[in-house]
Amino acid sequence: MKYAFYPGCVARGGAPELFDSAVAVMDRLGIEWEELTKAACTGAGVLQEKNRKMGDALNIRTLAMAEQKGLNVLVICSTCQGVMSQANHAVQRNPEYLAEINALLADEGLEYKGTTEVKHLLWVAIEDIGLETLKGTFRKQLAGVKLAPFYGCYMVRPSDALGFKENPVRETSLETLIEAVGAEVFDFPGKTACCGFPILFINQANSLRMVSNHTGAATDGGADAMVTPCPLCHLNLDGYQPKARKKNRGDKADMPIIHLPQLLGLAMGMTEKELGLQKHIVSTKDIVRKVELIAAK
Amino acid sequence: MQTNLKVKRFNPGEPGAQPYFQEYSLDVHPDSTILDALIQVREEVDGTLAMRCSCRASICGSCGMRVNGRARLVCKTRVEAVAPNGEQLVIEPMGNQRVVKDLVVSLDTFFDQIKRVDPFLKPDSVPEQGEFIASNESMTNLLISMNCIMCGCCVSDCTVLEVDSNFIGPAALAKAWRFTEDPRDGQRDERLKKLNDEDGGIWDCTRCMQCVEVCPKDVAPMDRIMEMRDAAIKAGNRNTSGYHHTESFYNSVKKNGRLDETRLAIDSAGWTNIPRLLDLAPIGFKALLKGKMPPVMPHKAEDKQKIKDLYEKVEGEQK
Repeated sequence: MKYAFYPGCVARGGAPELFDSAVAVMDRLGIEWEELTKAACTGAGVLQEKNRKMGDALNIRTLAMAEQKGLNVLVICSTCQGVMSQANHAVQRNPEYLAEINALLADEGLEYKGTTEVKHLLWVAIEDIGLETLKGTFRKQLAGVKLAPFYGCYMVRPSDALGFKENPVRETSLETLIEAVGAEVFDFPGKTACCGFPILFINQANSLRMVSNHTGAATDGGADAMVTPCPLCHLNLDGYQPKARKKNRGDKADMPIIHLPQLLGLAMGMTEKELGLQKHIVSTKDIVRKVELIAAK
Repeated sequence: MQTNLKVKRFNPGEPGAQPYFQEYSLDVHPDSTILDALIQVREEVDGTLAMRCSCRASICGSCGMRVNGRARLVCKTRVEAVAPNGEQLVIEPMGNQRVVKDLVVSLDTFFDQIKRVDPFLKPDSVPEQGEFIASNESMTNLLISMNCIMCGCCVSDCTVLEVDSNFIGPAALAKAWRFTEDPRDGQRDERLKKLNDEDGGIWDCTRCMQCVEVCPKDVAPMDRIMEMRDAAIKAGNRNTSGYHHTESFYNSVKKNGRLDETRLAIDSAGWTNIPRLLDLAPIGFKALLKGKMPPVMPHKAEDKQKIKDLYEKVEGEQK
């Protein structure tokens, strides 16, 4: 099983532990990958505010490069998933628009036919690897651990571009994986809400209220950690949690935010260091300790 | 077919009343909408259940409610589509609006927001005789927003309104777009400037797409907000962090093929905005202590010249 790997700017920048843990987990799962080093940033929906067509051209270029290699794209970021899926959806349902974009890519020798699929590791694990094979790689059952899912907007909306109708398992994919590692799901309405990151630099007060509400709900519900497939949500929920909690709830930041591959890695028996769990702002010590105490199968 | 409803009940008019859930099991016609099922409850089981509905054909916008946590027009949602095997359906009043009783919310919030955008045409002059002539395309364009039936579903599920009641909100901003796009309006620039400058305006949207997802009429309020941001910038409004954020992002990808996170943070705060910059420093310092920090030198895509060439091609075409 081979993919064109598109790690995204954050995994290659502000959250290096995501890249390292994802690669370690992919190796254990027997996923072969080739990084798309020539690809541009997806634009994260921000670039698209200024110029939608520019965003589509950049993303279709990336999808065309993968198509040329005969590979689907694997991502580890909800935002990358959503923005690329939206561009893909736009050209797949509009051949004229696809031709316009292809005309822009012709100089580079690229022509997109519309066949590339973009898949987050979250979906790959369930749809391509399969839950049984996945469970076979786990060395621990995280029984007694309670985890709050946090998807990231782009992983769940717009549902038509993300193929929810064709693949209904995607709607509850994160809960499915939490259950697969043997942990308990803490279900709460905030799981598909906004983390506040997009307005962090624009309206910080609102952004911090979102961080405080979501992480606070998880604390109140007795969750040991929150799991997210989105590094942008992670940046805000982890990095700004101390400030957000102090300002809005007057309490301490106590909700560790775990990247999705780190969760899989913990179940696979990998160490704190291998998964970069010591690099988080909110301490992950308690959850790491709790998992360490669980005997391997 | 069998359906199981769990309905939120609340009568704020009764002293000391608290919200609670009440469950109903009933046999409904296989083609029933959720509204049909609720009406059946009211008529056959419990006459005290309060709800609002009228046309039953997704035109009047009266029956917005939350079904399993998501705002919907219940007359447009068939029981079978969401609960084919008798799964429990949790029915609650819409969010971000005051509950009058049970499933009925007050429309005050909704219309207060609408009023904030001056939802009426402000022409510069009135034609001396006859009528305004507007092109067919310009009017067809307006239909996107005019399809709004004011049901309030987008307001219900807006993640910004959840934390900030001062946000103008998706429905009212989509309404504002309808006037900034109308060729007969004479106040386009003034409208855009106000929406750009005011607290709770176009830059406070998080782009979470909830409104796009729940709108039963494809108004896609968030897309309208994004178009107004672009229009506001083109009309010369360059005073917001949002503007600097978007510009910095766009230019970073143009220059490096990738995002320069450090530069993005500083650009958005503003290079001369010392308090905002000092505010960023502790977070950067904490990240540094944990052994990670966005690189001072931005990472670059291989072959970044190709990306720059593509930028120039698209920009050239749009000139």
